[in-house]
Amino acid sequence: MKQPFEKLVELHGATVLRVCRAVVGRAEAEDVWQETFLAALRAYPDLPPDANTEAWLVTIAHRKSLDAMRSNGRRAVPVGDVPETPSPHGVPGSGDDGDGLWSSVARLPDKQRRVIAYRYLADLAFNDIAAIVGGTPAAARRAASDGLKSLRTRLAASQLEGESA
Amino acid sequence: MNHTDLGPVDIALAPELITIEPGVLDRLHAGLAERASREGILDVAYRVVDTPVGKLLLASTERGLVRVAYEREGHEAVLASLAERLSPRILEAPARLGEAARQVEEYFSGRRHTFDLPIDLALSAGFRRTVLQHLSAIDFGRTESYAEVARAVGNPRAVRAVGTACATNPLPVVVPCHRVLRSDGSLGGYIGGLDAKTTLLRLEAAVA
Repeated sequence: MKQPFEKLVELHGATVLRVCRAVVGRAEAEDVWQETFLAALRAYPDLPPDANTEAWLVTIAHRKSLDAMRSNGRRAVPVGDVPETPSPHGVPGSGDDGDGLWSSVARLPDKQRRVIAYRYLADLAFNDIAAIVGGTPAAARRAASDGLKSLRTRLAASQLEGESA
Repeated sequence: MNHTDLGPVDIALAPELITIEPGVLDRLHAGLAERASREGILDVAYRVVDTPVGKLLLASTERGLVRVAYEREGHEAVLASLAERLSPRILEAPARLGEAARQVEEYFSGRRHTFDLPIDLALSAGFRRTVLQHLSAIDFGRTESYAEVARAVGNPRAVRAVGTACATNPLPVVVPCHRVLRSDGSLGGYIGGLDAKTTLLRLEAAVA
């Protein structure tokens, strides 16, 4: 039996917003959230009743976030070599004061940031995440652990800076 | 806060990543309902109104008001059944039910005797539907017996079936099944409970 769509918004609205904020930044997160739920509502009658609705919503949010980045003429992930440079656009923390966890998450390469958001904010399994971002579950797991590692390094560094300042 | 030992748990619980300011989700939800409605993909809109007979759920399709539900029916269960029978594209969208809510409020304050709303009888078919169509012809403040209704719809022996049609009325209050009583004047049954039926009949008797 399929639940009323209202139930999905109630159960997953907050999680999808957190994921959107982590992936495209606060400024654009609300637009991406709207586009996500609107597209989901449109497609909902065709979703199999036993589908994992949260993974499904994050999948749509993933696509909508890519659309949003494209339509703004930017790509968060350069093709080929991925240097760990911060993207100034559409990422969490840009515009925020100070450098808390947000700005550290913002400075992660796009794929690591997404995998971390999908894994730890949406609590999806690496199998689901691999289906969303492409590649193997093992690669998704690696991206998450690399992301965590560099978050740790950045936070340690910013704390040292803070102490010496 | 010391983040140097940051792990998955710290991210999953970090307040700066998970805190959502009050009101944000409500605003997003309202925007979603508004756009969905405008784009014609909101098949069932609903809102809940407070009345002297408790919280009433009002649900509407593109065609009109399709369901009025008492609290005792279980609003969650009613919505689940609408998802099953009509469409799962359901959202709380108070604006789409502004007119219905206003008329219900006017009815309970005694200022309105007839509802003037588009009605969608999609949840009712056959004989039951015929009975419901007749009920709207029973005026405010008046009552009929189950037997009279059966005669009026051309099936005098179907008294029991009229009772069932009233008991399964998807639009209580608006389609006035509360105006149907037993031949001896006793209340019979009511989907909203006998207290609610009494309240409605008293309200109408006092005003009419």
